[in-house]
Amino acid sequence: MAELPGQIRRMSGGISQLIEQIYGFSRRCLFRVISMGPIPSHLAFIMDGNRRYAKKHSLEDGSGHQAGFSALMSMLQYCYELGIKYVTIYAFSIDNFRRKPEEVQSLMDLMLEKIKSLLEKESIVHQYGIRVYFIGNLALLNDQVRAAAEKVMKATAKNSRVVLLICIAYNSTDEIVQAVKKSCINTSDNIEASGNYKHEDRDSDIEGTDMENQEKRIQLVDIEENMRMSVAPDPDILVRSSGETRLSNFLLWQTGNTQLFSPAALWPEIGLKHLLWAVLNFQRNHSYLEKRKKQL
Amino acid sequence: MIFIHSIIHAKHLQFFTLSTMLSLLCFLLSLLFLLLLPCLRPCFSAKGSLKDKKKIDKGTYVVGEEEPPKGLRRELMPRHVAVIMDGNRRWAKQAGLLTSQGYEAGAKRLIEFAELCFKLGINTVSAFAFSTENWGRHKIEVKCLMYLFQRYLKSKIQFFQSKEIRVSVIGNLAKIPESLLGIITEIEDATKSYKKKHLILAIDYSGRFDILRACKSIVKKSEQGLIREEEVDETLLERELQTKCTEFPSPDLLIRTSGEQRISNFFLWQLAYTELFFSPVLWPDFDKDKLLDALDSYQRRERRFGCRV
Repeated sequence: MAELPGQIRRMSGGISQLIEQIYGFSRRCLFRVISMGPIPSHLAFIMDGNRRYAKKHSLEDGSGHQAGFSALMSMLQYCYELGIKYVTIYAFSIDNFRRKPEEVQSLMDLMLEKIKSLLEKESIVHQYGIRVYFIGNLALLNDQVRAAAEKVMKATAKNSRVVLLICIAYNSTDEIVQAVKKSCINTSDNIEASGNYKHEDRDSDIEGTDMENQEKRIQLVDIEENMRMSVAPDPDILVRSSGETRLSNFLLWQTGNTQLFSPAALWPEIGLKHLLWAVLNFQRNHSYLEKRKKQL
Repeated sequence: MIFIHSIIHAKHLQFFTLSTMLSLLCFLLSLLFLLLLPCLRPCFSAKGSLKDKKKIDKGTYVVGEEEPPKGLRRELMPRHVAVIMDGNRRWAKQAGLLTSQGYEAGAKRLIEFAELCFKLGINTVSAFAFSTENWGRHKIEVKCLMYLFQRYLKSKIQFFQSKEIRVSVIGNLAKIPESLLGIITEIEDATKSYKKKHLILAIDYSGRFDILRACKSIVKKSEQGLIREEEVDETLLERELQTKCTEFPSPDLLIRTSGEQRISNFFLWQLAYTELFFSPVLWPDFDKDKLLDALDSYQRRERRFGCRV
């Protein structure tokens, strides 16, 4: 008699495992069907609504973000199973530093814990061979988080199957400004170099060559190359959860021709159906967009 | 006998395989349907979200510069509204008209839209009239558009002057005809003193090109020693963009018609915190009611700028 509850527990555990496997198998079959059409190569997510989720379900502070993390892991799994190569997530904006210090600290602690967990053997990184990039003004992070991020980037540098870009301490306007600053430094280095050259070549028409060189240097200013997000192509779809339709200073340069999708679901409520809808919509508009690209 | 048995067996096997595949296909299709069914309502959010919102009381709208319609609050009006006027060609096709007539209807709609915005207390209206990418359209269509801009702007100079609307044109403008360039200069000069109402037309404009030009200008200035690398920040870059002609370079609200949900390389930097409103209506049909709906949606939104909840 005492064995009965244990047996029932084992049975229900077995049944739920079986259901999970059937669900996983059906999902992969469905993905096979969908991938007969064009699949986006880069999906970006603004993970909005964690705090509202916690409020809605009367959870304690921080639980919303934990729930959000689980939703993220599921979403990454679906994306990589579907064959999407690049996934970018907006984890923490520079604007978010202006939140209450306790909240910022709790977010930093959560991010440190999750970044470290990426290096574990059972993590999704090893399961899918993910190369991880941390994109943002990492100097604004505390030493521990920055060190953990750099460790993960180094450890996954050799992976090449799929890519995960985590935007942390990131703002698109900051990204552009940093790219400009880098270009300013590059051109002033070039000036010094050509200045040395000038001294050796006094007989040439110095003024003429000077103007030409100046123009060449400015032409060579390739802001795009200096952008941190240059490691990935432009996103095909940008999904913002919680029903808000705004970009919130995320990937402004890169989303000029990106399909925008803003489901009403809060981020922890996001699921497979939202991804499917976004991809099917992408497939519907794909031929028109390809035609426009050819026109350019 | 064995041969007949094996044929019947093979046929049964074939039938069995076919029916298994069919049932698998049916199962997958029903799974897809079940998964997508909950998505259908939220995905028509442009129409659906307005269902349980307060109805705009059109009857009490007083034409004039002071009174917004009931339901809208003057203090919550956006200062700068941007619009991507999409759907003119589809509108013309649906109405059985020529493309050029679609563009004419679109131009007329823009003037009405701008006038209405100014009456509601909105200071700046910017419109995406012609993208750099539109040069890829058919030559005749492009020529027709350029001619339309020229004719319309010329015919409206007195109108803008009488309504005290300042008109600015932003864009690369390198490829547009000389005659249009002349009209643009004329209209900008004639209206430059007006401050309260500003209409910005983006012609041959590209958000990326705007940012790139601003970046190159900064690099050049840094090279000439006019600015130091440490001084380069977001404010400095914003001052170099083409929207420096207005006091409010960042739109509070962007409206895109015809149901497409893309920015299409319009303002990029400037849209960092802009509320986006996507309407399924085609541009020439985007009348006063649709604008009021868009403003109502804008006024109900909670703008957090990354902070409070």
